[in-house]
Amino acid sequence: MANLLYEKWLDGEGVLVGDGAMGTMLQATGLEPGDAPERLNGENPDAVRSVHEAYLRAGSDVITTNTFGGNSLRLALHDAGDKVFEWNKAGAAAARQAADAQEREVIIAGSVGPTGSLLQPVGDLHFDEAKDDFAEQCAALAEGGVDVILIETMSDLEEVRAAIKGARAVCDLPVFCTMTFDTHGRTMMGTSPEEAVRAVAGFGVQAFGSNCGNGPNEMEEIAGKMFRAPSGFPLIIQANAGVPKMEGNQVVYEAGPERMADHARRCSDLGIRYIGGCCGTTPVHIQAMIEAMKGSGEQGSEES
Amino acid sequence: MSRNQELTEGIIRGDRENVIRLVREDLEAGRGPVPILNEGLSPGMEKLGDQFGRGEVFIPELMAASKAMNAAMEILRPLLEATGVEPLGKVVMGTVKGDMHDIGKNLVCMMLRGAGFDVIDLGVNTSAEQFIEALENSGARILGMSALLTTTMNRMGAIIETIRKASFGEEVGIMVGGAPLDEIFAANIGANGYAKEAPLAVERFKELHAALRP
Repeated sequence: MANLLYEKWLDGEGVLVGDGAMGTMLQATGLEPGDAPERLNGENPDAVRSVHEAYLRAGSDVITTNTFGGNSLRLALHDAGDKVFEWNKAGAAAARQAADAQEREVIIAGSVGPTGSLLQPVGDLHFDEAKDDFAEQCAALAEGGVDVILIETMSDLEEVRAAIKGARAVCDLPVFCTMTFDTHGRTMMGTSPEEAVRAVAGFGVQAFGSNCGNGPNEMEEIAGKMFRAPSGFPLIIQANAGVPKMEGNQVVYEAGPERMADHARRCSDLGIRYIGGCCGTTPVHIQAMIEAMKGSGEQGSEES
Repeated sequence: MSRNQELTEGIIRGDRENVIRLVREDLEAGRGPVPILNEGLSPGMEKLGDQFGRGEVFIPELMAASKAMNAAMEILRPLLEATGVEPLGKVVMGTVKGDMHDIGKNLVCMMLRGAGFDVIDLGVNTSAEQFIEALENSGARILGMSALLTTTMNRMGAIIETIRKASFGEEVGIMVGGAPLDEIFAANIGANGYAKEAPLAVERFKELHAALRP
């Protein structure tokens, strides 16, 4: 089914606003710390849907499914390696339900996170095993009704390649990808933003960018670097709301809604086409980001 | 290039085969295991650790060097023990309960082994009881705990509290690490040490070990 919002965006129209954190919001609804968040897709899909609804109320154009750790390698650590199909499909369906209740058009991004294992030759995981795992997950997401596959928080270009190959093997959905440049401006495997853009251009993605990692300041630097490499595809930024700090027993992210709003406006001015949040970003942040970007657009037209 | 420089370079490049060959040749030529380790191999890990800290090399380089180092240590360890050089000591390692992330923890384990520690790796999702049991059974008095998630990091304090209540709990030197942690958090939960990066962690473990020695 064609998604008109996506088609127009791909043709160069507008900026997509993403959503923010999922796991921390689910914890408020009874997810045990450390348990697989994907479990709730099967056992309490209403809780998952209500998080999507909160982001849709805030104004998100793209909602991201609760399937980040939904590959069999990760789920096996929670003794749920056999739940890949069920939980990914249910996760996609929960987002689909929330999206279909909207009057406006919304894009559902099927979240695909890393396996958590290092691929050969650095680690032990074989490329084909990773690819097959990603394929299994993407097939379930496609069946559940996602509009795009979003491969996110990647550090290793080989794993990115495995995920893209896996996705392509089972569906013809658009594939977006983000990597995390959290180590001296590179991924923990040493890949720079410029190198990543060049590499994924060769892998064939519809959009690429950066997520998670450090805070908005670092992310704006990364955004600048990504533009230095010729890409030919739209760029994505989904920053954490700063670095987490402990205040008593509470984890607090240092960037409030105003800081993230300012960040969204800057990213938009830079030409980033899909702007959202990651850890610590809530619907309140997203709402402030949308307001700021509107303001930015109006200001721009007054100046011209 | 001197022999020591060749060994050092071999470690830095993560050239496992070459390091094994050089170590064997040196031993056959009558060189002792101590100078091979201290003058040839260890400086390689130190240099690479500095480069890692400066963001000049990353996990793949560190993994390759650690693999080369561990291969060399497998040859040298029995010889070192035979010459009366004691192993650096035992360390119990694990990712805390509820957390399944182990890339960082595994890297630290590998580097600790390369540095001469005897590492008992409990894997991921480790409870306070499992840590206590491993400390009790092995006699180790150094413990390393890892967490990647802000939610599971929050459990480290309670785990440390439980360990301290064991009969030997106050003797245990506890190191904590993981992306969302910092020095202040580590101090607040009663840990004895913290390091931001794997090579620095090895130094902290050595310090803890030195402090434990009667």
